Amino acid sequence: MDRYTEQRLFGWLARGAAALVVAVMALVVTVTLFRGGRVFLTDPAIALTPPGSRYMLEGDGGFLHAVLGSIFIVGPATIVSMVLAISTAVYLQSDYSSERFSDVVNMFLNVLWGTPPIVYGVFVLTVIIAIGARTSLVFGIIAIAIFQYPIMTRYTDEALRSAPDTVKEASYGLGATRFETAVMTVRAALPGIIAGIIMGFARGIGDAATVLFTAGRSTNMPAGPFEPATTLPVLIFDQAMSFNAEVRSHAYAASFVLIVAVLGLIVLSKLLAGRYARYAPGGRHS
Amino acid sequence: MTDAALTTENLAVTYTGSRNVEALNGVSIEFPENQLTAIIGPSGCGKSTLLKSLNRLHEIKPNVEISGDVCLGQQSIYDTDEPTPEIRKRIGYVPQTPTSLPLSIYENVAYGLKIHGDYDSQAELDEKVERYLRKVNLWDEVEDRLEMPGAELSTGQIQRLCLARSLAIEPEVLLCDEVTSALDPISAEQVEETLADLKTEYTIVMVTHSMNQAKRLADEVVFLYLGDVVETNDARSFFESPENERTKAFVAGHTATDYETDTAESTDTTATAPPPIDR
Repeated sequence: MDRYTEQRLFGWLARGAAALVVAVMALVVTVTLFRGGRVFLTDPAIALTPPGSRYMLEGDGGFLHAVLGSIFIVGPATIVSMVLAISTAVYLQSDYSSERFSDVVNMFLNVLWGTPPIVYGVFVLTVIIAIGARTSLVFGIIAIAIFQYPIMTRYTDEALRSAPDTVKEASYGLGATRFETAVMTVRAALPGIIAGIIMGFARGIGDAATVLFTAGRSTNMPAGPFEPATTLPVLIFDQAMSFNAEVRSHAYAASFVLIVAVLGLIVLSKLLAGRYARYAPGGRHS
Repeated sequence: MTDAALTTENLAVTYTGSRNVEALNGVSIEFPENQLTAIIGPSGCGKSTLLKSLNRLHEIKPNVEISGDVCLGQQSIYDTDEPTPEIRKRIGYVPQTPTSLPLSIYENVAYGLKIHGDYDSQAELDEKVERYLRKVNLWDEVEDRLEMPGAELSTGQIQRLCLARSLAIEPEVLLCDEVTSALDPISAEQVEETLADLKTEYTIVMVTHSMNQAKRLADEVVFLYLGDVVETNDARSFFESPENERTKAFVAGHTATDYETDTAESTDTTATAPPPIDR
């Protein structure tokens, strides 16, 4: 084959692959927005109404319990794993840890990253049984935090790694301590770190497997940290399995809420990252 | 000659990574006070290593071994209880790559003052930031946009910002690592002018690739080759009547090719490295 034909062929292949991915994504989002929007927008109150006593059977009331459950579970979980992830990544990337130790920890993080979320769910369930507790909001938080931790750590680690070494050098050169230099490196990597945190949040809010056996799959409003709760993805599964057509249609409405939330988060991360990118060495050009 | 502000005694540095590389083989140099000493030599001769070992900055990388000593005045910077950051405060460093800290222009200059607590009031901080930005001839260009990210300045401006940042903590010695090599000719000239203004007040040690820059700025010159000091002399004698054969070859070879690309510092130094001479 002629080298220019080869080049053209690869060009088509690459464009085709990119178009396929974009098309699939656009289709998923459009179908969800369209079908979900049809249900949700005719009666937006269902997202803000507590479920009736026979909600899963007849669809009376709304799914506020799952919206709140998602916020109460994923919010605290994100904060916990964010603190852990940034600390770990700073430790690995700064001069606190040896290169060899970093490599070992990174290997474990890769394993954690690749672990299916259902395994975390089962793990936390084992703990719940072992300590004789019952499934509740707090265990949902723990399971989601474990799930988010490797995602956020890897993103943060990557961001810190790509922050230029010269920032470190400049900071040390001014007589900064290791801690002050680590803070400076975090600031330089902030756009990437924010993207990672929000990505972790988005993944957490969309995950069903981790909370399935840990949060309690409640059909009532969350009553406290040690009471059962549910999240939107689990609810969507339950709704979609319902015999009642009204409840099934609510699955689309809940999907609509979920996808709008995730898209909103991604937009927010872009805006925040852009804001801090101006300060990053290399400025907005990089 | 004035008193030496900084001296190295038999300073040797070895990189102990996958294989041992001796970067400096025990050099003893005196850097005179309030003068600019240029360290010159071909790429890979240990210039940057020498510079970084003068304020222990090489310690931020793993796998470096050091022997010998560096003294600031009479005090050893290695055999001391003083924490390393305090030493780096006294011996400032300006990096080769112009790097703004991820802060505003104002905060870049104020950063060192803040971490060392070198100010009593906001007014004093403001005054110092202005003073050092003026000192590097940057104030007029940035006075109305101090809150702008430092990273949005031009490369040449960032390098002067780096200088101001380092000067603000009032170091006794200033180390400059090829500070003009990443700059365009006009910015390089501005930085050079700034250095020329500063050298009467500060002890400056400057690594440079450009022989002409050394000629223009230096009071003293140290010629480093493969980790050894070949010759050290005052700039005039060094360039006009070099004593060592290797220096002669280097000076001659370098100025001949360096001449036309005077301010374009990025000339390929391997092309201008001295011809091999039997030792």
